[in-house]
Amino acid sequence: MPTQNYYEDINVGDEIPTLQKNPTTQQLVKYAGASGDYYQIHYDKSFALENNLPDVILHGALKNAFLGQLMTDFMGLAGELKKLTVQYRAMDIPGTPIFAKGTVTKKYVENGENILECDIRLETHEGKVTTPGKAKISLPSKTS
Amino acid sequence: MSSSKSIITKELKDAIGVESEPVTKEIEKGAIIKFAEAIGDTNSIYNDEEIARKTKYGGLIAPPTFLRSIDGFLGPSKANVKSPYSAVVDGGSEWEYFEPVRPGDLITVTDYLSDLQEKDGKLGNMLIMVKEKKYVNQFNEIVALQRTTSISYEPQSPK
Repeated sequence: MPTQNYYEDINVGDEIPTLQKNPTTQQLVKYAGASGDYYQIHYDKSFALENNLPDVILHGALKNAFLGQLMTDFMGLAGELKKLTVQYRAMDIPGTPIFAKGTVTKKYVENGENILECDIRLETHEGKVTTPGKAKISLPSKTS
Repeated sequence: MSSSKSIITKELKDAIGVESEPVTKEIEKGAIIKFAEAIGDTNSIYNDEEIARKTKYGGLIAPPTFLRSIDGFLGPSKANVKSPYSAVVDGGSEWEYFEPVRPGDLITVTDYLSDLQEKDGKLGNMLIMVKEKKYVNQFNEIVALQRTTSISYEPQSPK
């Protein structure tokens, strides 16, 4: 269970705790089965090569899920995810760890909710950003 | 020159803004648990009924990107928007969330094509399609909106 963060304790510029993921070809097959996305570029290497790709590649939606988890872990069960935006700028291939990271960029109250906006990203183990994005969440207050 | 002849046909252009037939799917508990396991997220709110019952949700909910899997099982959009290119990669996704998704929910999905662009890039000539999807539950509440960008291109045999 993620620990609960509170609005008062988080400031603009704070780093979101990094989430490491170790995607494997096995995970891509599991994700294909669980999501119903059976496009072969995610598990059939010769098919991927015929489609001008360097290898089988991670599903964009799986990378989206990793960045979703970065935010749901950070906001805890009392927080709410409002928006999650990602851009798939570069492909990720299985077999090496990738890291979901983020920084708080804005903090404000909107319609009685304690809102944080964050810049988020997926980085390869070499530090290359493949998937930048943005997220908007609400956090509980200590006083309410 | 590929740039002299647009691959954006009148048929594709006419599809912009036309909403697809609604398709409804029941959300199964097992599908949520399996999805959370596949993405490697061990949060109890997705897989442990007893713990989930004590939270503000009062039971299991689905991970935020789970809704994408409804589309997977529904097959291609009913809207008449087929790219002439068979190879596709994801360009991006933008989610807006309003209500949680729970086991037993009946979620109705509609989508429409909102934008088309043609570009030359490292995969050759590419067609960029933007689709807007709407997910509505059995209480007629909008659960989520998603805007997805897909990039399609001509597959070539490797050199």
